[in-house]
Amino acid sequence: MKGSITIIVCFIIGILAGSSSLLPDPILETDLSIYVLYALLFLVGIGVGSDPRAWHIIRKIRLKILLVPGSVIFGTYLGVIPCALLFSDITIRDALAVGSGFGYYSLSSIIINELRGEVLGTIALFSNILREIFTLIATPVLAKYLGKLSPIASGGATSMDTTLPVIAKFTGKQYVMIALFSGFALTILVPFLVTLLLS
Amino acid sequence: MFAIMLFLASGIILGVLVKHNKAVIKITDNLTTWVICLLLFSLGTSIGGNEKITGNLSNLGMQSIVLTTGAVAGSVIVSYFVYRYFFRGEGER
Repeated sequence: MKGSITIIVCFIIGILAGSSSLLPDPILETDLSIYVLYALLFLVGIGVGSDPRAWHIIRKIRLKILLVPGSVIFGTYLGVIPCALLFSDITIRDALAVGSGFGYYSLSSIIINELRGEVLGTIALFSNILREIFTLIATPVLAKYLGKLSPIASGGATSMDTTLPVIAKFTGKQYVMIALFSGFALTILVPFLVTLLLS
Repeated sequence: MFAIMLFLASGIILGVLVKHNKAVIKITDNLTTWVICLLLFSLGTSIGGNEKITGNLSNLGMQSIVLTTGAVAGSVIVSYFVYRYFFRGEGER
């Protein structure tokens, strides 16, 4: 869902269409997207609620497991604040909102685009795609040197789907459940945290 | 914020109710992909026609890389300590 190539292709076709002035102006001006966004949130909710893995995980949950998504949120925020200070045009709130995508680039960039404009929306898209790509590539090294939770932390919301196979391979079976839980929790939190930070 | 919570929460509740209906789940899945495509297409069109972005791609790319580095480094470091103090050794011998 998050890692589909179709999605990237749609985005690229959109850029080409937008820059080639092929589209009539009204398409660019309409403000339907907030309603489409609500529809998307509703659909994402159905997907999460109907996922059979969700109930399996909740039955096995122990308090300690909450530390994992907690450390992803805390660590991400800790890491992006100094980055915001490097750029005069990115506020700390902006940086926290981009970080709150936790790799879920489609949803986070769409919400940020809606609330804060295309420039930060584009940064959110790039930054969160990079988070996913980095996790796919670096998981073997992370798992070896920085603990078995580190690939799950790096993957953020993607650790429940696109990066799960590689995480499972390099951390071991007992971490699959933790990766799923952390990914689920972060996926649900993305729209809340992003909206909270930008409103 | 309230609207976002409302739509997501009602989706989750509906999802729980229909979790045994494979056809509904499949339709939802396809629809989700299409809606995401539509929204990213529309984000694409506004980016393509926006000088502030097309004329500034290298800068935006740099900012994205720096933010990702910070986000990943921060969460990996915190997770390392959580692993060391709460998880290591469990089920591993």
